[in-house]
Amino acid sequence: MAERSFAKEVLKLRLGAGDEFRGEGILAVTKALLQSGVAYVGGYQGAPISHLMDVLADAQKQGILDEWGVHFESSASEAAAAAMLAASVNYPLRGAVTWKSTVGTNVASDALANLASGGVTGGALIIIGEDYGEGSSIMQERTHAFAMKSQIWLLDPRPNLTTITNLVEHGFSLSEASHTPVMLELRIRACHVNGRFAARDNKKPAMTLSQALETPRRNLDRIVLPPASFLHEQEKISERWPAAVAYIREHQLNELFAGAADQIGIVVQGGLYNTLLRAMALLGCADYFGNSKIPIYVLNVTYPLLDEEIVSFCRNKEAILMVEEGQPDYLEQAFNTILRRAGSDTAISGSDLLPLAGEYTGQVLMDGLRRFLQQRAPQLLQNIATQVGEGVGDELQTEQLEKLVPAIAPRPPGFCTGCPERPVFTAIKMLQEKMGPLHVSGDIGCHLFSIYPPFNIGNTTMGYGLGAAGASAFDGQSNRRAISLMGDGGFWHNGLTSGIGNAVFNQSDRLTIIIDNDYSAATGGQDILSSSAHNSTRSTRHPIEKAVRGVGVKWVRTVRSYNLQQMRANLEEALTTKEKGPKVIVAQSECMLNKQRRVRPQLASDIAAGKRVVRERFGVDPDLCTGDHSCIRLSGCPSLSVKHSDDPLKTSPIAFVDNSCVGCGHCGEVAHAAVLCPSFYKTDIVFNPSWWDRFTAGYRSWIISFLQRRSEKKRLKYVF
Amino acid sequence: MNDHSHHPIKLAIAAIGGQGGSVLANWIVATAERRAYQVQATSVAGVAQRTGATIYYIEMMPPEGLVDGEPVFALYPVPGDLDVVIAGELLEAGRAIQRGFVTPDRTALIASSHRVYSTIEKSSLGDGTLDGQVILEVGAKVARRFVCFDMAQAADHTQSVISSVLLGALAGSACLPFSRKDYEASIRADGRAVNASLAGFSAGFAQACAPKSVGNLDITLNDPLCDDTTPPEPFKLPLDEPVAAEILELVYKIEAEIPPPCQELVLEGLRRVVDYQDVDYGKLYLSRLDRFHAPENPDWRLLMAVARLLALRMSYEDTVRVAELKTRPARIRRLRQEVKISAGQLLYTTEFMRPRVEEVCATLPARLGAYILGSARLRAAVSVLFGRGRKIKSNRLPGFLLLYLLASLKRWRRGSYRFVQEDKQINVWLERIQACLPGQYDLALEIARCADLIKGYGDTHARGLDRFNTIMKHLNGAVSTGDSVETVRTLRRAALADEEGVAFTRALSKLNQTQG
Repeated sequence: MAERSFAKEVLKLRLGAGDEFRGEGILAVTKALLQSGVAYVGGYQGAPISHLMDVLADAQKQGILDEWGVHFESSASEAAAAAMLAASVNYPLRGAVTWKSTVGTNVASDALANLASGGVTGGALIIIGEDYGEGSSIMQERTHAFAMKSQIWLLDPRPNLTTITNLVEHGFSLSEASHTPVMLELRIRACHVNGRFAARDNKKPAMTLSQALETPRRNLDRIVLPPASFLHEQEKISERWPAAVAYIREHQLNELFAGAADQIGIVVQGGLYNTLLRAMALLGCADYFGNSKIPIYVLNVTYPLLDEEIVSFCRNKEAILMVEEGQPDYLEQAFNTILRRAGSDTAISGSDLLPLAGEYTGQVLMDGLRRFLQQRAPQLLQNIATQVGEGVGDELQTEQLEKLVPAIAPRPPGFCTGCPERPVFTAIKMLQEKMGPLHVSGDIGCHLFSIYPPFNIGNTTMGYGLGAAGASAFDGQSNRRAISLMGDGGFWHNGLTSGIGNAVFNQSDRLTIIIDNDYSAATGGQDILSSSAHNSTRSTRHPIEKAVRGVGVKWVRTVRSYNLQQMRANLEEALTTKEKGPKVIVAQSECMLNKQRRVRPQLASDIAAGKRVVRERFGVDPDLCTGDHSCIRLSGCPSLSVKHSDDPLKTSPIAFVDNSCVGCGHCGEVAHAAVLCPSFYKTDIVFNPSWWDRFTAGYRSWIISFLQRRSEKKRLKYVF
Repeated sequence: MNDHSHHPIKLAIAAIGGQGGSVLANWIVATAERRAYQVQATSVAGVAQRTGATIYYIEMMPPEGLVDGEPVFALYPVPGDLDVVIAGELLEAGRAIQRGFVTPDRTALIASSHRVYSTIEKSSLGDGTLDGQVILEVGAKVARRFVCFDMAQAADHTQSVISSVLLGALAGSACLPFSRKDYEASIRADGRAVNASLAGFSAGFAQACAPKSVGNLDITLNDPLCDDTTPPEPFKLPLDEPVAAEILELVYKIEAEIPPPCQELVLEGLRRVVDYQDVDYGKLYLSRLDRFHAPENPDWRLLMAVARLLALRMSYEDTVRVAELKTRPARIRRLRQEVKISAGQLLYTTEFMRPRVEEVCATLPARLGAYILGSARLRAAVSVLFGRGRKIKSNRLPGFLLLYLLASLKRWRRGSYRFVQEDKQINVWLERIQACLPGQYDLALEIARCADLIKGYGDTHARGLDRFNTIMKHLNGAVSTGDSVETVRTLRRAALADEEGVAFTRALSKLNQTQG
């Protein structure tokens, strides 16, 4: 079960013509897929499109996808998802896949290139979650390059649900009209935007998957093998490109907004339209309803570009501003080529006035646009709206903000309360105290938070599932072994072969720690092969240890993550044993975020039903804590924090455990294993105690109180 | 275009991932939609926000604006263009101000004054917490309106979550044109934990709409951070209270000999050591202080430092002390309060103890302890017998009796191995300080402060003591005296900079080079 349930929301997928859909962007995309008569969907989870996979999974569980004859798979990787689109090569089947980009596109690019070479019959749509800018967790790159290199059309719709859903439907038609796969790019905040659009009826696929299976078709020309592969390249230029251009022009997928100051103009990627409009509104060049003083050409399709549209937009214009986010500035370069070829002398501003790198926020666009207008149309800046930024940048503000500098600390993301990954890093940290610093190859997943304080563990990260491969150069050169980390998600994505199989085949001697927490946790808690939960639409409970042994690893240990002593002992053994061959430790315990989501409502209803329930949590005795914080440096739990002591003798704040503690037990383990201090305790609260509980508690407390009274009598004499 | 078209209301929520920011955003969206506003909300979900700082952004177009057409909403807040900023934590409020989201011409800042310390702050070896007071002061200056109180506490009191208190504070502040009923209807419609959320909402509402005014700004009620009007109670020695005669004698000694600014701290130190051992021990404490309140000292910093650190050193935590504190009835009362135990529920506690050979020998008679520690074989034997992590169930009989018995060893503490060791070390430390007087007051002060390094248990304690001794040794070897103050200060700070001792080693080798 995923971190967020869409069980209620997916009912909106049944809306039809005449209804208004209200909800999250990602849910709207799913609705648009159904409205397009999609036959199959696949993908790999990852922000910002994780929720799309979750929505589809919940819709599948509730039978909504079956109602419309849609086959849905949680693909093993983006490559697997891209390869799924092969179903659209020979048959008029519409298919859609989705992933986080550019990382997912990197993984998928082999299949994508093959798909794009042979071309498609049925519409093939790739929904790209462009993980760029604030909130992104990956390297900052553009998917645009992939679109260009394989010739896949790239849609970048204006971020409102009407445009997005329209473009989903057009995407399929464009794909079919030009026999080319199409990418629909959604930026982070557009995926999670909530809004509304007028729903249409869902459609069943024109052809069903069973019809295709029962009457297979084969066309040698569509297979990427010579000589067809050479033909494909020619076809891309001579047939598919012109077909796409014709479709885009005919259906006016790009939009033109008129403005009175027509000696200048602005060209913008669709996804940036709203931010641009806001910047314009704040500079007094537009209102809040899309009415602009400057003509705007919105590229809802950023690849291919339409030469005639561009030339005609720029006709009689002195200059245009190109608003293109990310680098290289492909669009600006293309515009220059197109305009010069056409003999136009319209000047193009863009990367000279706007930053070449980094996200285009409202502030960034406002600054760039202001510079453009100062150069080209200063009269438009005369009535800058007074509502914005009166206080920004003035002396008072600057002076006050400077005072804040020493008071603000960064707060990067980190491990959740009770997270079972922390004990692994506690163990590594303690081991490093003994053995000296170790080379640790990181992977992608929550475990990468070990990079930050308090653990400060991890030297590189090379990609999902590539933690083990990332250390493969370090092998056998020294007595000191490198450690690789890998999550269960990365393991099933490709780590089993690229990491473990690779290590077996190359007779490696390294240690790989696989963190098995029952979910693809970092992407939102989706189930994977080794999940221990029962899932009605997926096959789970395939142990990682079995797979690891299956590819030939002899030294494998599965350790409960929270058992710190055992974890440390096994780590030490793996790093020192004379036994040759790869060592694998599977650190196993359920993701606490997901566990709490599962367990908490259950406990609450058990308590309400009068069942005996024991709730555990940890605490620190304030009189015993000396404020050295070594527990915090070894634990990293959000619920283990500090507070200023009431004791005037203690100048350092003391440790305390806040109410969010889930009683995972790590604090106690750390106190024991690291021989920290005796101030930690665990409390067990017994709800609805049995008569035996009450009886034993009664006589215990009678004896204990008697003894306490005895010693207190003596002590209290001297209390002042 | 229409220059006089309507504007959307722009609201940002600065939160920490996992704090319930999305719940709050959903309530606000539902409330605005209830009043026929057209609303757009955006957020960043996923791993990037796990326990980290994150922003939710909402734009709301009033129904009368919709006649102008379909609004184009932005997906990002623009600095200087926000009507309301809500922060679920004080540092996040500061971060929002720093990003320019709060401006005096229009922004209402609704923030909780509580702190959730960041990892960097809380993992410091000493006090790494940042000053929240600055954020309160700046907030009061840069916000058009500043509603700020401890909402975590309000959530705690109402057994609710902070998002409901924040929503209540937003409603109570009347920054948005929605009524209390509208907000409450959204909580009800949501259907989850309705009663708790409504209670939290009420608490937030009440505090936000009955604020105390500072200038034209609304600042909180009961938060000590914000509250600068109540002067602290003047300190008085407990001379009129019913205390034991032996104690009273010591209090009179404080009154007679200790300068008034130091009396409170010395009394606290006395209280600590008497509680730790007995009245005689208290006498020893005061007599040890005698040499540090000489009138020729330029100020009372040395006396304050020694009084504080001496009390801590004299009440070092041994197994006996731990057992005693863990079995006191006050502790059990505190635990019951802390976990909010209610009638009909039972509470059990488990203590996590792991005595090493050193801790076992610490409580043994001095010569026996020294003998065991001196013999590798005996050390190993004791390790095997005791050196395991123990989970002691302190309110079941076997666990309680064990601790009770350990606590009763207090009467023999003076003969124990650790006591003898500590006593010796304390005397050396005090003599070293005294040796600097009267000429080198600053050096004396620095040496006194070095005792701050000795804290914690087990490895942490050993590490601290080791660094303390290294500094003292370095001082013995130092040739010149003029730089000694700076040397000790540098080393002391380096010793506290990191656990691994990187900074300390670096500082030491640098000093050795310059002296070498």
